[in-house]
Amino acid sequence: MEDDSMKKNFLFISCEEAFHICDKSQYGEATLWEKIKLNLRFIWCRFTQAYVKKNRKLTKAIKISKVECLQQTEREQLIERFNQQLQNKM
Amino acid sequence: MPDHQLNPNKWIDLYSDYLFNYTITRVNDREIAKDLIQETFFAGLKSMKNFKGEASERTWLISILKRKIIDYYRKINSNKGKAEVRMSYISDDQEGDWLEERVEDEGYLNAEESMENTELGDAIYNCMSKLSDKQATVFKMKTILGYETETICNELDITASNLWVILHRARIQMAECLEKKWF
Repeated sequence: MEDDSMKKNFLFISCEEAFHICDKSQYGEATLWEKIKLNLRFIWCRFTQAYVKKNRKLTKAIKISKVECLQQTEREQLIERFNQQLQNKM
Repeated sequence: MPDHQLNPNKWIDLYSDYLFNYTITRVNDREIAKDLIQETFFAGLKSMKNFKGEASERTWLISILKRKIIDYYRKINSNKGKAEVRMSYISDDQEGDWLEERVEDEGYLNAEESMENTELGDAIYNCMSKLSDKQATVFKMKTILGYETETICNELDITASNLWVILHRARIQMAECLEKKWF
């Protein structure tokens, strides 16, 4: 009985865990084993299916949009120069 | 009482990334984009007294930036003109693979696609502006800048599990927002 439950926990994951693995997998940080567990849940859980679909769509949209933003160092430089200018104005 | 007011102390936090993305999609050069948004902020400071409060702060800054981008293209226009003259070297009696040489360039063919990407980029930035500061920072660092989890955790002094919780909430909000605005 205990063995069965162990096997079940070993293979089956909760919805929250599935969402977490799905998030990690969007950044290439999910392990193969985690992906297998996610896929197993994906087969029968409609919440997981919906989340995976939405999450993949978001990743794809960001990828094709090629959005860019300032690096931390670039932002700091900008803040420094802007603050100087702001002080000169005051 | 004007509808909108200026708060330059928050300009960089609120608008620098949006303006940067707006610029880089139009000038295709990171250094030039940085210079142009810096000039935009400086020009905004100088002309604060001209702000009537009819448009939002971001719209007003974008209108300044648009002029800066036009000025930039005007400045380089003379050089570009020379390049165009040098490019049109094929005379009618010239033999060879003239069809291939005169075929429309890929950039032209993809103009519509590129415009769509620009609009999608704007939608993404609009949705990001609705995230909390922490969510937006983590989302940007991880998703757009592609930083490692460890780097973000060290930089923001948070644990990895904390990062994934923040990221999860940010992704749900972003997906819902883009669902309404874009998909």
